[in-house]
Amino acid sequence: MPRVNSRSDLEKLRKEIQAKRDPNKPCISVSSGTCGRAFGSKRVYAAFEEEIKKRGLKVEIAIKKTGCLGFCERGTLVVIYPEEIFYTRVQPKDAPEVVQSVKERKIVDRLLYTDPVTRKKITYESEIPFYKAQQRIISEANRWIDPRNIEDYVALGGYTALSKAIFEMTPEEVLEEIKGANLRGRGGGGFPTGRKWETTKKALGELKYVIVNCDEGDPGAYMDRSLMEGNPHSVLEGLIIGAYTIGAHEGYIYIRNEYPLAVENLRIAVNQAEEYGFLGGNILGSGFDFRVRINRGGGAFVCGESSALMASLEGRPGEPRAKYIHAAERGLWDRPTNLNNVETWANVPQIILKGADWFRGMGTDGSKGTKIFSLVGKVNNTGLVEVPMGITLREIIYDIGGGIRDNKKFKAVQTGGPSGGFIPESLLDLRVDFDEISKVGSMMGSGGMIVMDEGTCMVDMARYFLSFLEGESCGKCVPCREGIKRMRQILTGITEGRGKEGDIDLLERLASYVADASLCALGITAPNPVLTSLRYFRNEYEAHIKEKRCLAKQCKELISYHIIDEKCPGCGLCVKNCPVEAITFMGKKKPVILDQSKCIKCGICFDVCKLSAIEVR
Amino acid sequence: MVTLTIDGREVRAKEGSTILEAALEEDIYIPTLCYYERVSPAGVCRLCSVEIFRDGDSRIVASCLYPVEEGLVVKTDTEKVMNIRKMTVELLLARCPDVKVIQDLAHNFGVERTEFSLEDKKCILCGLCARVCEEIVGVGAISLVGRGTERSVNTPFLEEPGACIGCGSCAFVCPTSAIRMEDIGDTRTIYRWKRKAEFKLKECKKCGRYWATEAQIEHMKKKTGLPEEFFEVCPNCR
Repeated sequence: MPRVNSRSDLEKLRKEIQAKRDPNKPCISVSSGTCGRAFGSKRVYAAFEEEIKKRGLKVEIAIKKTGCLGFCERGTLVVIYPEEIFYTRVQPKDAPEVVQSVKERKIVDRLLYTDPVTRKKITYESEIPFYKAQQRIISEANRWIDPRNIEDYVALGGYTALSKAIFEMTPEEVLEEIKGANLRGRGGGGFPTGRKWETTKKALGELKYVIVNCDEGDPGAYMDRSLMEGNPHSVLEGLIIGAYTIGAHEGYIYIRNEYPLAVENLRIAVNQAEEYGFLGGNILGSGFDFRVRINRGGGAFVCGESSALMASLEGRPGEPRAKYIHAAERGLWDRPTNLNNVETWANVPQIILKGADWFRGMGTDGSKGTKIFSLVGKVNNTGLVEVPMGITLREIIYDIGGGIRDNKKFKAVQTGGPSGGFIPESLLDLRVDFDEISKVGSMMGSGGMIVMDEGTCMVDMARYFLSFLEGESCGKCVPCREGIKRMRQILTGITEGRGKEGDIDLLERLASYVADASLCALGITAPNPVLTSLRYFRNEYEAHIKEKRCLAKQCKELISYHIIDEKCPGCGLCVKNCPVEAITFMGKKKPVILDQSKCIKCGICFDVCKLSAIEVR
Repeated sequence: MVTLTIDGREVRAKEGSTILEAALEEDIYIPTLCYYERVSPAGVCRLCSVEIFRDGDSRIVASCLYPVEEGLVVKTDTEKVMNIRKMTVELLLARCPDVKVIQDLAHNFGVERTEFSLEDKKCILCGLCARVCEEIVGVGAISLVGRGTERSVNTPFLEEPGACIGCGSCAFVCPTSAIRMEDIGDTRTIYRWKRKAEFKLKECKKCGRYWATEAQIEHMKKKTGLPEEFFEVCPNCR
């Protein structure tokens, strides 16, 4: 492929790519992100490939692997272009029928999504409620792009923002645009990106660095993975624009090694971008040089913290340092360094192309643009959702997420990853915005959103998150290492029925100590699950401690299973399934007997009983 | 030089120095456990936390790391600071109930007992040993390994401390005597790592005292470039 050496070269290349593509040619596109792969997208793709080959339709029908489309729990997702027919739960065995239908320009009804409310089949993605309320400006391109083919990105207008920035704008003008857009860091802190860039740009020193933080580690969150896997060039383009603005000629992408597909796609993207002249020496013939290196993270959650990440990049243990002097002045190898999260970088090309005013048109006063959330937990539609800032939690959970599973009641939503807070039902109309979420004791974080139903014990949830943080604390400073451990121990005691008078007070004192005295943001935010559960669900703590009762009936040590004799017909299903032979069969039509001394409270009997003859007390 | 205020006292300090250094210079008491003036500060124990005030706002910072600024207002005895000291010591007391220096600190801060279940550790993970070994001795035989509650001071891959020269600096700097060192006859033993480490000591030609390990002398020779003869007598007899 010829190198792109000028602005006009880029336009010429784009026209060439577009010219050789027939927009009316049918294309079977298989969502092949990590989530898709978990559903077997590789086999689905192979089945389509085989079918097309078998029928000799290679010329007539194209086939493509794209990144994640967001509606992950419905995988494997397949979209038929140009009509954009949207199929869910596609299996390899469906390939012949789908290929036949594509040939005949027909629709396979049974693979369409059924609206759970209206029970109607929906043909197009845009009409599915899960997508309707979204506003996808960063994640939408995933559906059209084969991440391993740079031409797909270029065909969609990729690298135009870079060429505009380099040839039409001075670095100062780019900076003003980013500042004007009021873009805030998507990694969690919400710090104004433009201001960060400006400090690094103004910092003394010839050598400066830019870094992409792709060390996403929050349990259940995968926004960055999806972007890096599905559209790596959008992140690279943002990074190159940032480097041009700041005056950096070297950049690093720190990506966790547990994301093998993202690493692979990113490597391919970097190589292709270099080949085409978007990266490396003399970018687009402009004289601007910028090189990028990919570094894989070794699996420490704390390495997502910027100073720990930089320590790790330098080859030292991934431990944070005090940030009294900002990385923008003294970061990687003590040189001015600008680090942004994947999603932040991916916003940059769009802002350059469409302008700060366009970006400011979305969102609230303090938080502009959109935010990608990973909506998981006890919600009907789980997946990645991109929404405008200012949307309410209720809209996300009910309109997009389709409400709570199994008709249960909503209890809380946890935002911001393990050190975010729980937000209760009374605050469901809260607008999603960096500042609003902080005000109620949680945080935006990088976009994790875990929905919990009435069957969730909030004390146990707080214990779970604290135990995660206990294991992921680097252990350097006393408050984080010892304080989190002690909070977790107290919480474990409470859930196991050993809670005592004074525990809540001690938890509160420890929480404020850990938040005040810890060295880095991991420790400072770690008490959030404890503080918010105490703030909104204090009655659950009190019931555990004073009455030795778990209101959600989840804490094993505080519950027991009982047979309701009047309802039990003695079918024996529970007897067969009990792993410890705690239930005795007493003859047909006689209720079974459960021996409490043998029962391990696994709950299997409760789950298998079809007649609700077992209750939890 | 910059001027700042610590506990109402106007203090002049060198630019680039830390609040703790400025306070020490003026004999203002700030407790520390992980600070040693000859090595880089790490901000690990948080005992040196102080409250700084600016623009009507205040925040807690580690004084061993925070650089002095013109006009900075620092307080070392606010309620917040005292609570941090107390809780830090209480947590350390639960970790190391038998360590004298922790007991003394606890007593000074009015912490007579701890509400947490007791452990029986000696090491508070301040990391001074590892910093001294790397920054002063220049050997780096030990470091902090593991994460979170699994963290410990240890040798690479928990193997025998191959790089250790037996100089004993780690034992000297350890605030809790968690690293124990013993010289018996011509043998020095350092008890701490997976296996105890033994080193042959060298005699002073003049006074006959065993004054350094052979490995340490080799290391010093290499580092200083001084001749063999220089190391035949101990510093006292030179």
